[in-house]
Amino acid sequence: MAVSREPSARGAAPAKPPSDKRQRMVDGALKKNQYHQDALIEVLHTVQSIYGFLTPETLWYVAQQLKLPPSKVYGVATFYNFFTLKPPGAHTVVVCHGTACYIRDSGALTAALQRKFGILPGETTPDGQISLSIARCLGSCSLAPTAIIDGAVYGRATPEGLIAGVEAALAATSPTPVRSESGGLL
Amino acid sequence: MNVEELQAVALAERLACAAARRRILICDDSGCRATGSGAVRDAIVDAAKSSGHDVLVEGTSCCGFCARGPIVITRPDNVTFAEVTPEQAATIVDPATAASEQATPTVVPTNLPFFSRQTRIVMANAGVTDPLRIESYIANHGYEALGRVLQEMTPEAVITAVARSGLRGRGGAGFPTSVKWGLVARTNADQKYVVCNGDEGDPGAFMNRAVMEGDPHQVLEGMAIAGYAVGANQGYIYVRGEYPIAVERLRRAIHQAERYGILGTRVLDTAFQFRIDIRIGAGAFVCGEETALLASIEGGRGLPRPRPPFPGQSGLWGRPTLINNVETLATIPVIVREGPDWYAAHGTEKSKGTKVFALAGKINYTGLVEVPFGITLRDVIFDIGGGIPGGRAFKAVQTGGPSGGCIPAEFLDMPLDYESLAQVGSILGSGGMIVIDETSCMVDVARYYMDFCMSESCGKCVPCRAGTVQAYRILDRICHGKSSPDELARLEELCTYMQQASLCGLGQNAPNPIMSTLKYFRDEYLAHIVDHVCPAGVCPMSSDISPFATEARS
Repeated sequence: MAVSREPSARGAAPAKPPSDKRQRMVDGALKKNQYHQDALIEVLHTVQSIYGFLTPETLWYVAQQLKLPPSKVYGVATFYNFFTLKPPGAHTVVVCHGTACYIRDSGALTAALQRKFGILPGETTPDGQISLSIARCLGSCSLAPTAIIDGAVYGRATPEGLIAGVEAALAATSPTPVRSESGGLL
Repeated sequence: MNVEELQAVALAERLACAAARRRILICDDSGCRATGSGAVRDAIVDAAKSSGHDVLVEGTSCCGFCARGPIVITRPDNVTFAEVTPEQAATIVDPATAASEQATPTVVPTNLPFFSRQTRIVMANAGVTDPLRIESYIANHGYEALGRVLQEMTPEAVITAVARSGLRGRGGAGFPTSVKWGLVARTNADQKYVVCNGDEGDPGAFMNRAVMEGDPHQVLEGMAIAGYAVGANQGYIYVRGEYPIAVERLRRAIHQAERYGILGTRVLDTAFQFRIDIRIGAGAFVCGEETALLASIEGGRGLPRPRPPFPGQSGLWGRPTLINNVETLATIPVIVREGPDWYAAHGTEKSKGTKVFALAGKINYTGLVEVPFGITLRDVIFDIGGGIPGGRAFKAVQTGGPSGGCIPAEFLDMPLDYESLAQVGSILGSGGMIVIDETSCMVDVARYYMDFCMSESCGKCVPCRAGTVQAYRILDRICHGKSSPDELARLEELCTYMQQASLCGLGQNAPNPIMSTLKYFRDEYLAHIVDHVCPAGVCPMSSDISPFATEARS
């Protein structure tokens, strides 16, 4: 995995994120885990569920609160596939590339989405609407190939059906993309 | 709560079930949810209300027939309906309702080999209990084994019983469970831990998800018994982050068990104390390896470390730690309840009991099946699994995920157990079976697995970190018709080095898919290298020498 240093992770005195509701939720998670250093992954799960991704500010904040070296927090945040340092789109599409799905041509699903929306797996459309990603296995192998649009599982997916599903999700709501509180996108 | 009170809860629940004229159970597993079981359930609840009949509508665990979901089961008449739609709700609630063809649900024949040839031990509660209610589990002999262990058995007696049952680890390696337990029990320490490995990372395996989602209490009971046997008072369940429903159900189950006094400071009103906490994984295949999993529970990167010391001697925070797979732990209550000899009567001499397999890929009845060891692959794939769709020819079955291998048709009549699979160059693994037909290219399959191992390698040791990248590049060149026989020899050499020199199972077993496909499908490799042709027409040969490939693809 390429390790690139985040610009704000260099400064000696990181800015504490502004206190708001989301911040209080992070503090709650820290408190619930009694500021145990072992709870780092649990806390990062909470941070990501609140903000949608891990911002450099929150990584700094978590490191400070748990009294961990920022390098360790950054190491954990970049080691696990589940954590993302990039803001996700308003809608997320996950295509499963587990073996069963691969054998049943999930590659065609990804290719169709790439062509249609012009993004590669791991990317978000410039308007911040759709993020495309690939899962290693969703555990719904009996319905291969599968994909997830905004949390809803599509079994036995076809390229046409999946694109229709994404378009339906786009038409249903157009929420604004998740951004960090300070407005700074990575 | 003590054992007598537990029995009273069981009795009350059984009476409530018996009082209802009919019970309608709707599969509430991820698989059926994805095919619309939620809407079916709503429709059945509405139909039951408006019919005025005395009907109990409940959710239930995965009965394995995921290929034809959503599944609905009615009791006491024991009818299983497949591919149920909301329109059929009224007919299911009251079969007397005159129905149009569209509203008539499909009944699964009771003699279908998919069901009749299975032996359900771990999945005995599938289609029987409601995973959301502890009472439902208790009514079906739940926590009976824990009660018996605490009242009648010494920790040594529990380990002896597990030894007599012949149970071996269901996570893949097949290590005798009792030996592991004995090691932890013998190690002196002020604090010990029990860890349930629910990091089911093998793509194509989903039996642990089904057990955690469908029967969470069985896992908790197995962990508590293990804790008593080895002298631990704290357990952790490490669940994949990709399984949110399993996490939710386990949390709920732990909460219910604590409220009933089945987990906590005085388990079933005895001096034994046992707590269970959940740790959620964050998407790293390597965390299925036990030392990497421990590193992850401790909040760090999931990096494996050399063994010894084994986790049984020095695990979580340096304390003796027992790590077992979900299915292993879920088997424990049944072994205690029914007796080790009863369990050992199933299976073969060296592989006792039953194993849950996940059927996926090019097979008609995808889903979960539990069969005794010793059954042949042919029976599982063609009889229980219903064979290959579209009348196409069977080519291979892949077992053991990225650490396993591909087994060709010549071994279809081989009895299925730990030893025989290892003999033919694969492993049992966690029980995933991906059926591959003639339309798939074996070189492409090998490349797929190497791509997987390459991106999942943790990077700690060179043979795995660099070896997977080099092996992938060679395979990619073969898939593009740009390789040479020399390079094939180099690939084989590289595989040997990786097997011998890698730090953990990920790197040591990563070459298995290549080795097994080279052993049984060498002609396909040579067709790519020498003739620049992909026999299955899958690979994008760079030089368009192969008219067959384009023809087959179109």
